[in-house]
Amino acid sequence: MVEVSTANEVAQPASFEFDAESNAAIETILKRYPPGRQASAVIPLLYVVQRQMKRQTDSAWVPLKGMDAVAARLGMAPIRVYEVASFYFMFNTKPVGRFHLQVCGTTPCWLRGSDEVFHACKDAAHVAGYGQTSEDGMFTLSEVECLGGCVNAPILQVDDDYYEDMDYERTVQLIEALRRGERPPPGSTIGRQTSAPEGGPQTLLDVPGE
Amino acid sequence: MALSDKDRIFTNLYGQHDWRLAAARRRGQWDGTGGLIAKGRDWIIEEVKNSGLRGRGGAGFPTGLKWSFMPKQSDGRPHYLVVNSDESEPGTCKDRDILRHDPHTLIEGCLIAGVAMGAHAGYIYVRGEYYNEHLVLQAAIDEAYAAGLLGPNACGSGWDFDLYVHRGAGAYICGEETALIESLEGKKGMPRLKPPFPAAVGLYGCPSTVNNVETIAVVPTILRRGAAWFAGFGRPKNAGTKIFCIQGHVNKPCNVEEEMSIPLRELIERHAGGVRGGWDNLLAVIPGGSSTPLIPKAVCDDVLMDFDALREHKTGLGTAGVIVMDKSTDLIKAIARLSAFYKHESCGQCTPCREGMGWVKRMMDRMVEGRAEVAEIDVLEQVTRQIEGHTICALADGGVWPVQGLIRHFRPMMEDRIAAYKAAKGSPQPTLPMAAE
Repeated sequence: MVEVSTANEVAQPASFEFDAESNAAIETILKRYPPGRQASAVIPLLYVVQRQMKRQTDSAWVPLKGMDAVAARLGMAPIRVYEVASFYFMFNTKPVGRFHLQVCGTTPCWLRGSDEVFHACKDAAHVAGYGQTSEDGMFTLSEVECLGGCVNAPILQVDDDYYEDMDYERTVQLIEALRRGERPPPGSTIGRQTSAPEGGPQTLLDVPGE
Repeated sequence: MALSDKDRIFTNLYGQHDWRLAAARRRGQWDGTGGLIAKGRDWIIEEVKNSGLRGRGGAGFPTGLKWSFMPKQSDGRPHYLVVNSDESEPGTCKDRDILRHDPHTLIEGCLIAGVAMGAHAGYIYVRGEYYNEHLVLQAAIDEAYAAGLLGPNACGSGWDFDLYVHRGAGAYICGEETALIESLEGKKGMPRLKPPFPAAVGLYGCPSTVNNVETIAVVPTILRRGAAWFAGFGRPKNAGTKIFCIQGHVNKPCNVEEEMSIPLRELIERHAGGVRGGWDNLLAVIPGGSSTPLIPKAVCDDVLMDFDALREHKTGLGTAGVIVMDKSTDLIKAIARLSAFYKHESCGQCTPCREGMGWVKRMMDRMVEGRAEVAEIDVLEQVTRQIEGHTICALADGGVWPVQGLIRHFRPMMEDRIAAYKAAKGSPQPTLPMAAE
């Protein structure tokens, strides 16, 4: 279960309206579900809200008015949307920094040094600890549970991107690059071919058709 | 004998090649799919049964049998195929490679499975964190539609089939099939009491079957090459090839598709560069994702990686996420971190899980320090037995099994920790009655 901020802890915007880009996305999303089953779109629409907030305020989060807008669009009671928004970990119910640093701390990453990644985030992004945002508003640091990239542990997820095979130094370098406005390509930071062993694949060397 | 490349199903596991349709076709996907479908629903199910394929999502239920539970005739309600790509079991990252590198194996499998279960629509539930992976999958589906492989008269089969991607939002529990269905319906991911099973009442109250990505994705190749080919790998009742995720304290962590029943030691040494510091530096292995109890080195020496061999050692193949831990590992802490995971991911519906996962985590945190009494190890063990089997779904079972495995094999290590604490700091306060804080 997720710790949820209540409305009065966070300055909530007075209103929220879907913009043109969001409305286009919603139209595509709603086509996926049978008539009368549009409630299925609640998670996708909450993502639409979070992305629109990112575009408009540079902070990817879901305010209460955004949840209300989802409820209105899907013909749901607002409480049904609130409970979904608070149940799922990926919806930020309070503002986050420009970059959301998400350190996987579950055992497979921990065995490969996720503590170092955490310390590097604290040091380089100047964030006090998990759940905190740096004073300049650039970075929010979160601990997340297993990201499902365990053979490339440890992993630092920045917004939607996985940075893999991390250590202290490379985490610092990544954060400094983000601060400079660069966006290094996601994936392995030691040049591995995705999930293949370091040094190159030992299998799939003879694939018909290739 | 290791598996040879010609017998590997996922020929683009590492993404060295193009995932797009034209390249996938060159590698043999979508070859004669219409003809396979024309052989009919019963033939498909029979062939899958004969192949010995067991579900790749952790439980290992025979896939053909599961498909046969779907009603033969629709009673007016539509049937649904639901693909579980929530992949959240710590230690598991195999479906990710299928989604991003070999998506057409999955899409083709969905069409075939849809036909086999009388479904005209399928939903692939992808964990929210796999954002970039879901974009690839969606693009591959769009290509398949454009090529007439999905949609009306899919692949010229006369069968209409639509396939949709649905993203979750970061909840391990949604990998449980009925929680996944709840989530897909737009609710909190809280598991349903069974029966009724999804094959009778599933998505939107309609007959549904939920299968893991890897399970679905191997089906087209099984049908093309024959059930006997697939059944020829692994020991009886443990058939086929399987993607293993080898990680932790190995020299070269990797994913690899191998033959079932391969010895664990061979798997680690042949593909992952061996245990860091050599085989004798091995302490323990979690063989099948975080829920499966660990096994000590003595078992690892000659255990085979399949459902039955691991079960003999009171653990399981699970998702085949092989977490290797060498002698430098604080094993109690490694397991305590898993307890924290299960506490975090409990949906809160059943009391033994909601309260129990937190209790076990707090207890394990004290065991890490050694701030406990030796008798509390027994209390911990007993409480895990009270939790196990007393909840709607298996999350709580998976949450306590790692702790049981630790106590089973490494109780002396826990006792030593407690003794060391006492030697340094005296008897811990509070003691036994305060275990639940």
